[in-house]
Amino acid sequence: MPSFDRTLRLLLLSSVLLTTPAWAQTPPEPTPSPTPSPEPPAPPPPVEVPPGAAGAGGPSGPLPVYGPASSKVFNPDIAVIGDFLGAIGKNDSDRATPSLEMHETEASFQAIVDPYARADFFLVFARDEGGVEEGFITFTSLPANLLLKVGKMRASFGKVNQMHNHVMPWTERPLVTQNLVGGEEGISDAGLSLSRLFPNELLFLEATAEVYRGVSPELFRAPKRGDLTYVGRLRGYRDITESSNLDFGGSFAQGHNDAAPEFKTRLFGADLAFRWRPLRRAIYKRLILRTELVWSRREQEGGPVRAFGTYVSGEYQFARRWFGGVRLDRSERAGDASLVDKGASALLTYWPSEFSQVRGQYRHTRYAEGLRANELLFQFLFSIGAHGAHTF
Amino acid sequence: MNLRPAILSLGPALVLSLAGPARAAGPLNVVTTTEDLAAIAREVGGDKIKVESLSRGYQDPHFVEAKPSFIFKLNNADLLIAVGRELEIGWLPPLITQSRNSKVQPGGAGYLDASLNCRILEIPVGQITRAMGDVHPAGNPHYWLDPENGKRIAQAIEGKLTALSPDSAAYFSQREEDFERRVNEGLKRWLAVMAPYKGTKVVTYHRSWPNFAERFGLDVIGYVEPRPGIPPSPSHTLELIKEMKRLNVKIILVEPYFDLKTPNSIARETGAKVLVMPPSVGGEKEITDYIKLFDYDVNLLVTTFKSLGLK
Repeated sequence: MPSFDRTLRLLLLSSVLLTTPAWAQTPPEPTPSPTPSPEPPAPPPPVEVPPGAAGAGGPSGPLPVYGPASSKVFNPDIAVIGDFLGAIGKNDSDRATPSLEMHETEASFQAIVDPYARADFFLVFARDEGGVEEGFITFTSLPANLLLKVGKMRASFGKVNQMHNHVMPWTERPLVTQNLVGGEEGISDAGLSLSRLFPNELLFLEATAEVYRGVSPELFRAPKRGDLTYVGRLRGYRDITESSNLDFGGSFAQGHNDAAPEFKTRLFGADLAFRWRPLRRAIYKRLILRTELVWSRREQEGGPVRAFGTYVSGEYQFARRWFGGVRLDRSERAGDASLVDKGASALLTYWPSEFSQVRGQYRHTRYAEGLRANELLFQFLFSIGAHGAHTF
Repeated sequence: MNLRPAILSLGPALVLSLAGPARAAGPLNVVTTTEDLAAIAREVGGDKIKVESLSRGYQDPHFVEAKPSFIFKLNNADLLIAVGRELEIGWLPPLITQSRNSKVQPGGAGYLDASLNCRILEIPVGQITRAMGDVHPAGNPHYWLDPENGKRIAQAIEGKLTALSPDSAAYFSQREEDFERRVNEGLKRWLAVMAPYKGTKVVTYHRSWPNFAERFGLDVIGYVEPRPGIPPSPSHTLELIKEMKRLNVKIILVEPYFDLKTPNSIARETGAKVLVMPPSVGGEKEITDYIKLFDYDVNLLVTTFKSLGLK
């Protein structure tokens, strides 16, 4: 696809060019502090690299040396979130979760990099593996209403794919995510994400275009360097009243699948959420209704397979610390659309404080193979460290 | 060769290259996180600014939803004024990040933390942990409830507006002085009517009122919340009732966004009166500006004190 590659290069080049004016700006002047702070302690003397020293040949001259105390104020905001999961009941499928597990431990490091950018890292330790769930820089000072993220990210495909485990209203991801959108890990890869706002009177409108290396476990793999994954998303939002609103979007993703090097998987997604939260009683009552629909087209031996999956979920907060919810699941499987998994869940969540949650989920699943599972899943979520913000 | 995926995924991006329309010159666009800051900004900026608050005065400012429509408002802002002291920490940072507006990033020319020159109370000393509830490590963020701080906020806003729009410096300065004059007049009035009730003991729902209590001589002896941000518990409520009876406390102040069930049951036990007292402009319809906020609250208190026969 030579012309496509050219388009992409032009796009990336133009995005780099567009950033130039922002970089050329003088940094914004810092807000004057009310009282003059005491002189910071004198920095330690710079270390000279002697010319000809071992390892010389690189840049010589003073190296920055980090002072023992003065650098602490620039430490990023650090938080750790524990996600403990348990399961009771019968599930003979290969997707059954363990009886008790420390499902995930997530450490986040977040700070402003410089006047032009901020960085967010989310390191995840699950079972015996550690990894970077996300780690990216966000350029916040680009012109033309652009926002550029570079790093490893959860792709902007639909809603669930962008959610970390601990912000989901359920203990696990819906069947459609597991069957069609790469499971728990989802579309999560190294790449670039460029998004733009389109200010207008009618509705919030945001367009996002992303390009990734092409490797998302369970979904995409890139035998060759050029086998990239592309993701696009258009998101709309509109306030209905001061207490209610509609959030909707359409997404697209394409990458090479694991069937054979030349085979691709293409996903289309639609999502819709209605939220109601009366401002005067915002800490006591809210209702969220949401759904996502995903169409998958997977090329493989014997021709492409078209599969469809969806979930519908409702969550209602009925007291300051209590949420109830239901979710219905239905999804065909990406490799064989005649296999259909179905599920229904009821949930109850209790928040002792803003920093911990206890959740129970009764889940009934009918797997395509004819297996039936009735389970009670329970979850403890707990967070220490910096006060995180709640994304919408 | 198949161009469809390219068009599908990059179509939105190609539109990106069409730069947005240039912003029209005119009044400065000021966005504030609360209606109190909006009211003070309006006093100083007059018709040289357009002001909009993200939250409403009857809403708990700790728990505002980071709605995408707010991103648009920040996108178009020349100045963002925040209460600071981590009041907005749960919702403002992601909005700023997504605003695509370099001016309103923290430290930017169009970002103002209104708390910097104010008298801040309850700055914790020593080790603090979340066992104390949702404590604000940088001090109590409800500092606008002291009119002296209101004047300091107005001065800070005047400084920022003047830096952004130097041509209107004299206009802002004149309006700021006029605002201070009216606040001073109000203060005299409020202090005079509150004077006979100096030291009156009250209970409040949340720790929203230390600056107000300090200025107007109320003695806050307890809170309906056992700890900041933690909902009432039976054992704490029983202790509070005991303490209120012991000290003969007859007033419970509740912010408009809290449930009245526990305050009402405490009131039944103790014979106290529950007052829904707005801590912000816009908390009641008639509270349309900063001075009316104190007119309303002071009047509410004094009327109640009188009806209870307090001295």
